[in-house]
Amino acid sequence: MIKTDIVVIGGGPAGLAAALSAYEKGVKNILLIERDKELGGILNQCIHDGFGLQLFKTRLTGPEYAGIFIDRIKKTNIDIRLNTMVTKVSDDLTVTAVNEDIGAYQIQAKAVILAMGCRERPRGAINIPGTRPAGIYTAGTVQRWVNIEGKLPGKNIVILGSGDIGLIMARRMTLEGATVKGVYELLPYSSGLTRNIVQCLNDYNIPLKLSHTVTKIFGRKRIEAVEVCRVDQSLKPIPESREIVECDTLILSVGLIPENDILSGTNISMNKVTGGPFIDNRFMTEVPGIFSCGNCLHVHDLVDYVTDESERAGENAAEYVLYGQKEKESSGIPVLCGDNVRYTVPSHLSKDGKGALTLMFRVTKPMKDCTITVASDGILLLSLKRSRCTPGESVRITLPEDRVKTVLEKKTPITVSVTE
Amino acid sequence: MIYDFVIIGAGVVGCMIARELSMYRAKICLLEKGNDVASGSSKANSGIVHAGYDAKPGTLKAKLNVLGCALMEKTVQELDVPYKKCGSIVAAFDQEGTDSIRKLYQRGLENGVSELFLLNREETMRLEPNIHPGVQGALYAKGAGIVCPYQLTIAAAENAVSNGAELRLNFEVEKIEKTEDLYLIKSAKDTVKARCVINAAGVFADKVAAMADDNSFTIIPRRGEYIILDKTEGKTVNTVIFQPPSEKGKGILVSPTADGNLLLGPTASVIEDKEDTSTTASGLDEVIKGAMAAVPNIRLNKTITSFSGIRATPDTGDFIIRESEKNPRFFHAAGIESPGLTAAPAIALYVIEMIKSKGILLEENPNSVRIRQGIPRIAELPLEEQNRWIQKNKAYGKIICRCESVTEGEIIDSIRRPAGATTVDGVKRRVRAGMGRCQGGFCMPKVLEILARELQCSPYEICKNEKGSYILKEGEIEHD
Ligand SMILES: Cc1cc2nc3c(=O)[nH]c(=O)nc-3n(C[C@H](O)[C@H](O)[C@H](O)COP(=O)(O)OP(=O)(O)OC[C@H]3O[C@@H](n4cnc5c(N)ncnc54)[C@H](O)[C@@H]3O)c2cc1C
Ligand SMILES: Cc1cc2nc3c(=O)[nH]c(=O)nc-3n(C[C@H](O)[C@H](O)[C@H](O)COP(=O)(O)OP(=O)(O)OC[C@H]3O[C@@H](n4cnc5c(N)ncnc54)[C@H](O)[C@@H]3O)c2cc1C
Repeated sequence: MIKTDIVVIGGGPAGLAAALSAYEKGVKNILLIERDKELGGILNQCIHDGFGLQLFKTRLTGPEYAGIFIDRIKKTNIDIRLNTMVTKVSDDLTVTAVNEDIGAYQIQAKAVILAMGCRERPRGAINIPGTRPAGIYTAGTVQRWVNIEGKLPGKNIVILGSGDIGLIMARRMTLEGATVKGVYELLPYSSGLTRNIVQCLNDYNIPLKLSHTVTKIFGRKRIEAVEVCRVDQSLKPIPESREIVECDTLILSVGLIPENDILSGTNISMNKVTGGPFIDNRFMTEVPGIFSCGNCLHVHDLVDYVTDESERAGENAAEYVLYGQKEKESSGIPVLCGDNVRYTVPSHLSKDGKGALTLMFRVTKPMKDCTITVASDGILLLSLKRSRCTPGESVRITLPEDRVKTVLEKKTPITVSVTE
Repeated sequence: MIYDFVIIGAGVVGCMIARELSMYRAKICLLEKGNDVASGSSKANSGIVHAGYDAKPGTLKAKLNVLGCALMEKTVQELDVPYKKCGSIVAAFDQEGTDSIRKLYQRGLENGVSELFLLNREETMRLEPNIHPGVQGALYAKGAGIVCPYQLTIAAAENAVSNGAELRLNFEVEKIEKTEDLYLIKSAKDTVKARCVINAAGVFADKVAAMADDNSFTIIPRRGEYIILDKTEGKTVNTVIFQPPSEKGKGILVSPTADGNLLLGPTASVIEDKEDTSTTASGLDEVIKGAMAAVPNIRLNKTITSFSGIRATPDTGDFIIRESEKNPRFFHAAGIESPGLTAAPAIALYVIEMIKSKGILLEENPNSVRIRQGIPRIAELPLEEQNRWIQKNKAYGKIICRCESVTEGEIIDSIRRPAGATTVDGVKRRVRAGMGRCQGGFCMPKVLEILARELQCSPYEICKNEKGSYILKEGEIEHD
């Protein structure tokens, strides 16, 4: 069995940032495992620009953004294992991996950082009746074909779901000469970033049909058309609004799910809302020594936040390896979802956590002129105004260090709320 | 070339018959209109190995069901196919149901089903803790089980081809001509000559019979719709849970599958088009309602896909396995609706006996084997064994489908084997790549690439399943 200090699983922006920051904190034996043939994760297929606006104050493409971190990591002696897939993680911090040249092997670590990213929801998850022909693909699959392999799967496109990848692919397919008939979204609002709706749909006159869904699929060999319907307030299709839209490809952009299959043998408990593990303010899961960051923790809309969050996860993992766990505490202080808050990350605070607290959360519905509050035991710790909040854009707030101290001393739960 | 036997239709029935015939010295040809075996009902059904209490006593269906159930364990061992003898229950939720399961119990005894028990409420709850608490009792058939239907079909075809049978895919029989002692079986382009013909054409068996002027039966297509849930849900139930039968059929069942998923369905509706395997909003709704009535806490948000299959219901009410009255040496294995999957091993033996009884000589072939080794499931092996495979072939160390942990080596095997895959769905049914929770979102482009490489064709020629179902429609993009 190979022994090392930290194993990082996944070489996307999360894994890269976590490995680098742990290294800079002084941990020298780090192994980074990536199943693909190159580092960069999902960014490699995102050839549009718009990455790095927060962090580098400039518009980079996905590969350019990833390239910055890949160059940095190549200057360290972090052990990078490409074409290697982790198949299992255990509570005792052993990691099982498999690769063509070495075969299947185990690694004993002192800390493990999970950075496996996410996957797309398939059609079955939304169960559209009708035929099951060729021509129905998730947006990420199409993105890979078009951007990396140079293959166009079809020319007459309907997009279901207004997630960011779907929006970006609407523009991409249009630029490649395809016709995008429309983007159909079940909810009365888009789950994508506003800037993507403007730049990818409005600028190309692609209709965004809110409160609409695909109710049937036609075509035996290759998809030939879809039936679309408007939905009522309870999201039930209104049969009278039925309309047939011809197409040769249906692109699904109906959500992303954190990729955590390899954890099924551990005692890590998962948050049903995010699909990622519950973590504390050190990014540590309920199994000591296992940390999580990036899209496998919760789905992010901006890579800059992934980087920032993962750097902190890396630092905390390094502290854990170098200094061990100070307090043997069971569950920590809970962070609760108040009014209109769907989830928060982290979900609890540990006494070992240091410094200011960055809280990420999503709201349950679109809101205008709202107030975000953080309170504990009747004391208001933070109050912020925002002109708008939407479920498609995660909110990030910071609780200053002195306030965090107050909470840690009082040990009472804190609640995050948003009101209009 | 004159074949001794031409079998029309490579479903589980045709493939099992081909397999049994391949144990003899005979020239065998299996014709299939699809581009893979298991293109019809055999790929989309409940996969239940029925114990045999359903069919009317005295029918061929009853006899071959009970026999088939008994033969299944040996068959799956020989063919290395996923199977589990998990038992089945018919749960009663009211007085009518209770009466109904008593009748089934009697019928089961009459049909010769062993290991059949009537359970009271407590016993039922103990066996199935997730069943609706309103349950009053159940009929428990310990000998029932679950089998992977398409794997069984594929394995039988592979075994037959290894023993020398010929498989001709994309051969749609359109016309049958007769000479004095031969049948000329024709597609649009080709002809094969046969001394004996076996009609195992599923829902189209009546059409094939009619090509030889035999209009003695009609097949009515009845569709059944299903929902499949993630493997995380496979343990929701321990056995196959049926509800008491009605005039429409066996009702909606809740069952684990041989591969560990949870299966809900089927509906039963007569349809016009014999190949219309679409699903409907009302059908899927009926599946959900029916399943929840028996097992209320099914987690529907773990649905991974839905599908439908078509039953070949004969107008005669029983399996039609006999020589055509108009045509000597032309045998029907038709109207094989449920429990046809279960009965298939028994049907094959029955057909062999029927052939022999007509004075047709069958001489055993000592070179034939009954054993077929399945494609290794690398991820399920202990590490040392995984490494033995990887040392032999690096491709077993490269995982392509992450949901089901399928390696490139397994995918290549599925293509290179006798009766191998030529389509994305063909690979999926053989090694489960793309069958997991992301439904191929991640691995399908890679499977496409491997297929194109192995079959030495362009990726634009690769189909999802049937001919013309091209995955990619347009040409290459010019990037600068
Ligand atoms: C299509 C798309 C468009 C986006 N557009 C923008 C944008 O315009 N601007 C912006 O700021 N952000 C954007 N984002 C968001 C941002 O890019 C992502 O949130 C970020 O890439 C997530 O990083 P990650 O490292 O968590 O995941 P990933 O980039 O998905 O990386 C995870 C890595 O882990 C590897 N891995 C997974 N499991 C294993 C295993 N078992 N063994 C070994 N390796 C494994 C994977 O191969 C992958 O390389 C976009 C995201 C997507 C998907
Ligand atoms: C909804 C449903 C649920 C079921 N559940 C169960 C169950 O739980 N347990 C059980 O035991 N049984 C079950 N069955 C029954 C079982 O699936 C069938 O009995 C069995 O698959 C029939 O096999 P087959 O080979 O006769 O037909 P098929 O699998 O349909 O094969 C016939 C083949 O013939 C080919 N063909 C047709 N016409 C031509 C032509 N002109 N030229 C060349 N080839 C042709 C077709 O393409 C097809 O591949 C179920 C069936 C359905 C539909």
